[in-house]
Amino acid sequence: MTSVTPSRIGSHRRSLLKTMMIVLLGLMGAFAAAPAIADTTGEEYDFRIAGNVKNEGEPIADVRIEVANDSYSAEIVTDAEGKWAIGVPEGGIYSVTLDESTLPEGIAVLEGGATQSVEIGPSGSVVKNFFIGEGERQVVTLFDQIVQRLIYGINFGLMLGLASIGLSLVYGTTGLSNFSHAELVTFGALMALAFGVVLALPLWIAFPLALVASAGLGWAQDAGLWRPLRQRGLGLVQLMIVSIGLSLAVRYVFQFFVGGGTTQLPGSGGDKIPLFGAVALSVVDLSSMAISLVVIVLFALWLMYSNTGKATRAISDNSALAAASGIDVDRVVRIVWILASVLAGLAGILWAYFRPGIKWDMGEKILLLMFAAVVLGGLGTAFGALLGALIVGILVETSALVIPSDLKYVGALVLLIAILLVRPQGILGRKERIG
Amino acid sequence: MSSKSSADKVVKTTGLHIGTIEPGVKKVDPIITMDHVHRQFGGLTAVDVEHLEIPRGAITALIGPNGAGKTTLFNLLTGFDKPDTGEWTFDGRNIAGVPAFRLAQMGQVRTFQLTKALGLLTVLENMKLGSKNQKGEHFLTSLFPFLWKAQDDEIAEKAMRLLTKFKLDTKKDDFAASLSGGQRKLLEMARALMSEPELVMLDEPMAGVNPALTESLLEHILDLKTEGMTVLFVEHDMHMVSHIADWVVVLAEGKVVAEGPPDEVMKNPAVIDAYLGSHQDTDLGTVTGRIPKISE
Amino acid sequence: MDWGSILSNTAQSLLSPATMAFALAALGLAVHFGFAGLLNFGIAGFMAVGAYGYAISILTFGLPWWLSALIGIAAAIGFAILMGVPTLRLRGDYLAIVTIATAEILRLLFLTTAFEEYTGSADGLFGYHASFRASNPFPEGTYGFGPWVYNEVELWVLVIGLILVGLAALFVWRLMNSPWGRVIKGIREDEDAVRALGKNVFSYKMQALIIGGVIAAIGGIVYALPSAVNPNVYVTSLTFFVWTALLLGGAATVFGPLLGAVVFWVLQAFLSNVLPALVSSGILPMVSSQQAATLRFVLVGAGLALLVIFRPQGVLGDKRELTFVK
Repeated sequence: MTSVTPSRIGSHRRSLLKTMMIVLLGLMGAFAAAPAIADTTGEEYDFRIAGNVKNEGEPIADVRIEVANDSYSAEIVTDAEGKWAIGVPEGGIYSVTLDESTLPEGIAVLEGGATQSVEIGPSGSVVKNFFIGEGERQVVTLFDQIVQRLIYGINFGLMLGLASIGLSLVYGTTGLSNFSHAELVTFGALMALAFGVVLALPLWIAFPLALVASAGLGWAQDAGLWRPLRQRGLGLVQLMIVSIGLSLAVRYVFQFFVGGGTTQLPGSGGDKIPLFGAVALSVVDLSSMAISLVVIVLFALWLMYSNTGKATRAISDNSALAAASGIDVDRVVRIVWILASVLAGLAGILWAYFRPGIKWDMGEKILLLMFAAVVLGGLGTAFGALLGALIVGILVETSALVIPSDLKYVGALVLLIAILLVRPQGILGRKERIG
Repeated sequence: MSSKSSADKVVKTTGLHIGTIEPGVKKVDPIITMDHVHRQFGGLTAVDVEHLEIPRGAITALIGPNGAGKTTLFNLLTGFDKPDTGEWTFDGRNIAGVPAFRLAQMGQVRTFQLTKALGLLTVLENMKLGSKNQKGEHFLTSLFPFLWKAQDDEIAEKAMRLLTKFKLDTKKDDFAASLSGGQRKLLEMARALMSEPELVMLDEPMAGVNPALTESLLEHILDLKTEGMTVLFVEHDMHMVSHIADWVVVLAEGKVVAEGPPDEVMKNPAVIDAYLGSHQDTDLGTVTGRIPKISE
Repeated sequence: MDWGSILSNTAQSLLSPATMAFALAALGLAVHFGFAGLLNFGIAGFMAVGAYGYAISILTFGLPWWLSALIGIAAAIGFAILMGVPTLRLRGDYLAIVTIATAEILRLLFLTTAFEEYTGSADGLFGYHASFRASNPFPEGTYGFGPWVYNEVELWVLVIGLILVGLAALFVWRLMNSPWGRVIKGIREDEDAVRALGKNVFSYKMQALIIGGVIAAIGGIVYALPSAVNPNVYVTSLTFFVWTALLLGGAATVFGPLLGAVVFWVLQAFLSNVLPALVSSGILPMVSSQQAATLRFVLVGAGLALLVIFRPQGVLGDKRELTFVK
């Protein structure tokens, strides 16, 4: 504590008194308000987002507020005091939307837009108040909403595509349906966390290091586990069950190290910049899409024109023939594993910004979506995985317009089942000949 | 009509056709008739048969080069594949689109090119599985052994008779996986006979069989005819074909190019040239003109 | 370290509703995978259907407990048909993916706030025990000895559970040693061969799916009987645990799944008692007790992988009979 002059002590004491009085008044006000408890929902959860809707000091009741992140959503209306509180299952970043159509005529949100984001603080709760007053509302047409969802869907789909390409290629070259692929996604995010936050390296060093670590894990998996098992002659069903056991073990190892909570990468949850219509993307969203596109294009070029890329496609098509033509199948499979892990790791970092948040089981949440993408596009084809992922991403985001948002993954899962009924080889796959 | 063990004592059935012998000729008593059957895989036409009839009570061979569509035709006939277009009848009944298991129940059984003896079941269990109309195979009755035990014992007796005939009786309690390849072929055939079928369709019965077993297999196939069954088989072994077949159908690129009694079909120049390999002594390139002939 | 209470808690889990429920689920999965070769990775969905069917029938429709249990079973039959029609014609690994997806769709439907009125959404369902308790024949009191001490309600649950496990095991054993079982075992190995012998393969697979599904649903009901129905229980991880128990005991046998379930659950109870004790007594350094709990699941995952690599037939199985092992 620095030394202060008497006059400053005096002014400090005055401001301290002031603060104490305000706090006291506030507490008294809270007690007074206690009987009229603010409408709540989600009381069973430990985290809370709350707020107050007032127009020039006057509380407004029955204003609809919605709180959501990628896996949970809930809504509530403000009570007679204009208060609201919603319980949420985990910490992290949420979007809070005020439904302007429930405000009185001529009143709108003045600053920040009708949808804003909040981050739950260390206390487990956060307050979000909207600045409202007389003003023009931003009218969001259905068309605008569809466009917005489409763009988010493409963003999500590109990231999902990066994650799924590896899954499809591993299946194509080795026949393995790898249920632990989701953990490669989580691993990328965790490594970014380790290098970027724990070791506090600058991001432009941390992220490449995370990718190197992912590559290492992919190499280690093939060298230490999958190749020995293939050589041992294990059947594909056995290998699949091994991948399930592996996913279980690895997931809980992750939980062992990072616990059950959610952490953020630096720069998460930035403000969304309104672009056009209802579409508002943050700098992170835009960079994420750009990175995804660039990496996908580079990968496509590699697959089409490089020798290893062609060899990969040959093996996916017919591995016995490829081996007989002199292709070193084991070497190519090793490269495929490394690539799959790097792409999945990158997808993990992007997923960590998209959700936003890093959790021990974040990969598992999209495992089924990845399978849906890969099956939809055609198991074994890389471009199929990409196409499937875009479709799944767009479907998931746009379906939230018509079905409750906590069911938005259901659409993709139903699509997965439907595709297997109608066209099991997927969009780009080839039908197997019978007999 | 009876069969003996040496080649010259095999009596062939004649008089199976009506009219001039040509592809699609009508038969006196067809067990199967096919019309406009077409099956395409992508750009490749696998089967394109205008009209074909298989004679009842005789042994018919289906021959042709690899890729001619023989197995595809087999799969279509036995319900393991669906054609793009086509109709066919079995015993006068329209069976296009009928699923494979129902065709088997109707009296049409088949074996597979790659033997499907169920290796993880015993030989006797394999045989019992082949029998039709088993009460114990219904879920509710299976729970009460007294309802199906008697029938199961009868089936076991029948199985043992067949196994003895095929000389597999000593192996009845062995897992089928422990049998040799040839023994498994015999098991598959014996198993197919458990349901007392009308039509037995054999997909390359001689494939991978050692010469010592070939005679035995031929005997068994001839016995089928003696017992009144119709046989249709796919084969590459021309000796076997000319030895026991009463009728031969030649398939090429999905179409029937010739049919008739074996000796006539073998003499057909078109069949000889392209499919029976009369140029087997010369380089195929000379036939196609790629390599100039030096002397004839 | 208090070995006394560790061992006592472990011993208690031998005869608990959770163990019996698990044994039933493993038996159901044995019918699906062990005998019929169906790669069902949605077994948790069947348990959920049974449990929710039971609880919703009591809470929303006010039906007595035994009728609600029957409704839970009927719901399982319906779910099996719904799952079976699109998926039973699919190849193995596709079937695995689709069954996981179906079970997940079901869980999301149980979890969504849209149906909160019936399903309780994230809270789940509870407080449906009145009718079951009313039918308890045992008078009030304490029963048992040693670590196996129960009050009359717990005893009632135990007795019902054991009877159901016994009946289910007898049922499956009878079934698999009959001609019906012969057809199923044939289908497990080679569908086309069995089809060529005149058996309606699709119908048999559907029957197997329904039978196994009903047994697993009964497991779900037994689990819910004394406690509550919570959607967080019926997650994919539960399916993986049941698979581990099944493979551990021996997939293609009747006693294998029962043994596997008991061993699995007892091991879990043991570890969940021992690991925190090791931490608090300082034997496991640098590890918090929450971390110790996660170690349990790491061991399950590793165990499953090692099991399927080195001893896929489990304890009681015969390697010659396994179709998924090359």
